Amino acid sequence: MTELAITVIGHDRPGIVADVAEALAGVGANLSDSTMTRLRSHFAMTLICTGADAGPVEDALASLTADGRLLATVRRVRPDGEQDATGVPHVLTVHGADRLGIVAAVTRVLAEAGGNVTDLTTRLTGPLYLVVAEVDLARDATGVVEARLAEVAHELSVEVKLRPVETDLL
Amino acid sequence: MTEPEPDTLAGWDAALLGEPGEVLKVVRAPDPVLAAAGPEVDPTDPEVLRLAAGLLATMRVSPGCVGLAAPQVGVAAQVFAVDVTGHPKAVTRHGAFVLCNARVVEASRLRLGREGCMSVPDLTGDVKRATKVVVEAVLPGSGAPVRLSTDAFEARAIQHEIDHCAGRLFLDRVTGAHAVYPRKVYL
Repeated sequence: MTELAITVIGHDRPGIVADVAEALAGVGANLSDSTMTRLRSHFAMTLICTGADAGPVEDALASLTADGRLLATVRRVRPDGEQDATGVPHVLTVHGADRLGIVAAVTRVLAEAGGNVTDLTTRLTGPLYLVVAEVDLARDATGVVEARLAEVAHELSVEVKLRPVETDLL
Repeated sequence: MTEPEPDTLAGWDAALLGEPGEVLKVVRAPDPVLAAAGPEVDPTDPEVLRLAAGLLATMRVSPGCVGLAAPQVGVAAQVFAVDVTGHPKAVTRHGAFVLCNARVVEASRLRLGREGCMSVPDLTGDVKRATKVVVEAVLPGSGAPVRLSTDAFEARAIQHEIDHCAGRLFLDRVTGAHAVYPRKVYL
């Protein structure tokens, strides 16, 4: 089955989601996983869709992007492969004075340990920069990653906390 | 339903500090004092009494403020004030009080709640905390040991303040990448 990776971003206004979702439904594109959120004054959508080819979806979105207020991309992607489910989910929090390269430095530590970031949010409010990342780490890697993160945190003068996610399975 | 154990906090009054309390400047993240673990204090030290009175006075003049810890006024120390009087989410309420060298000795019934903080004024976040706690501490002034049983919102406030005293913010405990929100309401 064809899967499409679609991004839409533009200055926030009421109705962006409705307009885009309607255009997609009109050409038979089915939303599977998506995130849609406001980033400062912009609204950003990242979607995986099935059931339509890239051409008709591009045409359907063209009417929304014609006036330049929205920017859209449509790409055909390979459907899901096998997911590695052996990682242990952790939450990483980093906060401190804003400076260049915080995300680069801390995610490099995670990558070097084979950690896979599954979700990440950053927020800048005044001088405070905050990163909250969800990362799957290899079993027993927590201590090593924590120690390496502490070194990087010291170099960047930021606070870092890494902790396993408590999952309450019902 | 069993009644909570009587608390030794009963009878404590801010007047016992013998200080009117000065309104102090509240510092904001990323001020490094908020990330420093504060030392234990001598609860009979006149400086600590001044700090305790200052925390109460600052809390009182800050709209919506239900707790304030020493690091938030720039002092790395294990002292904080709490007052959840009138808060709709509070069940047990001990009025306005200040604790020194507090630690949680029993904690149960974890629940998610959304927290804000005067030192992180533009964000709120979802944090899991115990909704039933027993806290041991000493009182400023007398230095008397106290054992406090509380629940619901007062328990959350106390844990948030104990975290401050250890150099932790609620941001360190948010439950995930989508558990931090730009603040919408300022009291």
